[in-house]
Amino acid sequence: MSLQLEQSPTTGDEVITNYTINFGPQHPAAHGVLRMVLELDGEIIERVDPHVGLLHRGTEKLIEHKTYLQALPYFDRLDYCSPLAMEHSYVLAIEKLLNVEVPLRGQYLRVLFAELTRICNHMLNMGSHVMDVGAMTPNLWMFEIREDCLNFFERASGARMHSAWFRPGGVHQDVPEKLLVDIGEWLDTRLPTLFEDAMSLVVDNRIFKQRNVDIAVVSKEDALAWGFSGPMIRGAGIPWDLRKSQPYDVYDRMEFDIPVGTNSDCYDRFMVRVEEVRQSARIMKQCLRDMPSGPVASDDRKVSPPKRAEMKQSMESLIHHFKLYTEGFHVPAGEVYVATESPKGEFGVYLVSDGSNKPYRCKIRPTAFSHLQAMDFMCKGHMLPDATAILGAIDVVFGECDR
Amino acid sequence: MAVIHSAPKFASNEGVLAALTAALGDKFIAGREEHGEVVITVARAEIANALRTLRDEHEYQQLMEIAGVDYPDRAERFEVVYCLLSVTKNHRVIVKTCAAEDTPVPTVTTLWPVAGWLEREVFDMYGVLFDGNTDLRRILTDYGFEGHPFRKDFPLTGYVELRYSEEDKRVVYEPVQLAQDLRQFDFMSPWEGADYVLPGDEKAEGAKS
Repeated sequence: MSLQLEQSPTTGDEVITNYTINFGPQHPAAHGVLRMVLELDGEIIERVDPHVGLLHRGTEKLIEHKTYLQALPYFDRLDYCSPLAMEHSYVLAIEKLLNVEVPLRGQYLRVLFAELTRICNHMLNMGSHVMDVGAMTPNLWMFEIREDCLNFFERASGARMHSAWFRPGGVHQDVPEKLLVDIGEWLDTRLPTLFEDAMSLVVDNRIFKQRNVDIAVVSKEDALAWGFSGPMIRGAGIPWDLRKSQPYDVYDRMEFDIPVGTNSDCYDRFMVRVEEVRQSARIMKQCLRDMPSGPVASDDRKVSPPKRAEMKQSMESLIHHFKLYTEGFHVPAGEVYVATESPKGEFGVYLVSDGSNKPYRCKIRPTAFSHLQAMDFMCKGHMLPDATAILGAIDVVFGECDR
Repeated sequence: MAVIHSAPKFASNEGVLAALTAALGDKFIAGREEHGEVVITVARAEIANALRTLRDEHEYQQLMEIAGVDYPDRAERFEVVYCLLSVTKNHRVIVKTCAAEDTPVPTVTTLWPVAGWLEREVFDMYGVLFDGNTDLRRILTDYGFEGHPFRKDFPLTGYVELRYSEEDKRVVYEPVQLAQDLRQFDFMSPWEGADYVLPGDEKAEGAKS
């Protein structure tokens, strides 16, 4: 019998098991209260399980117990980075059920401020995105622009963030003429200077590109199947923008371009937003140029309350004012799904009315919900630090996602 | 009625309802066009097949939303509403089906992966079950939450409240206690079906008898 060499049973086949880490809910790069359970193989992400709902306030249930007008301020508190864009879907849904006409100046003002909201939102998102991947300065510069935007909101509505300014039938109050002049001046001077300066630090930056190019590539088919919208679907190369394809208010009178991505990665999503800011400025300039004078809210007194001065003089106005602010208006029974292009994507409101003065059901379609769900397949195979870049490029705000 | 509102304008609804009715065949239960929306009701067991037909043959590529609605008076109290979008035809359609607590709705996660969370949300909020959804966990409510909060018979205030207990050094759950009753204002005018008795009403009743 020949000698047999004993083989060691433990040579070089040591197995390192996957391990699970918890990302958030208190993490600066989680953009709010997101908890993600990440399963890692070394530093490679194998599986992501986002846990949402930590900011769930039951908005939809609360709305069912309020009149249509009382429910409006809840929308400001959904996506608190773009409050007016949230109100936009809701007021349009009510107007669609009521079939009420909004005067032209009201429509122009809405578009003007919806686009200002878009700029304001993108400043925060792009700033925090570049900060998530390591740059500090652009964020600070872009917050300057955001501060300007918030000042404009304050001058229009009295509130910096929770404006409650879009109302069924138009907008709450007309703006001072000086505000429009100042916005026009700001669009020509401060915005381009600050924004282009900040972008000159980012868009060709080597580190920024290393962290974003070819990260989370999503095919067109996947983008459609996962319910993407907004910059996420445009980043994937599908030229889909509700402002263009399903125009509401006066968007059909505006001239603007839809930027699309070519590579469908995080860098493309970022660059789509960069161009959107420039296009928003273009739309705002057209609004300021073409805005007619006239009433800003519908003169249908069964929907839109009379001016305060009028209310002091006329008995009928007083009655209307009282009825609208107590009982509110009744909306014909029916159901509509109205979606607008919020800065983050398609923000929809599915409104069911039973003919009373309160919504029977108001389902809010948040943009972040479907995007966040796709985190799992977008992160798979990427490194742990890429998760923050992917999250930054999604543009999530938890007020909206969790409702 | 002439359209004077300025809500989003998508492609015309003309002929859509007839075409979809024909395409869905016996899956179709009811359909109507109201307020500029095409709303189709389909049989519960056939919902996945019906949506597959709409996706593959009628270009409704995107499932934007699944909403639950509760009608406590109906035999099958829940409605599950699917909002579809066609990016090629630039059109939207609403498809819905009915369900009760114990009648699961076939899942559409096989058609659209996005349906996973949307169905989880309807399950969480209304307790509608989805047959075939492999990950039907709660999504928006708290870990360990009981009940389905968006049902019409679930109180607005809920049943439990939580606070941080200094003695126990942890968050404790307690039955909800309000310092002031929840105020539900009835703004309906007395002529339009208020269901309370106004002072003096009893006189009218007394005069009759």
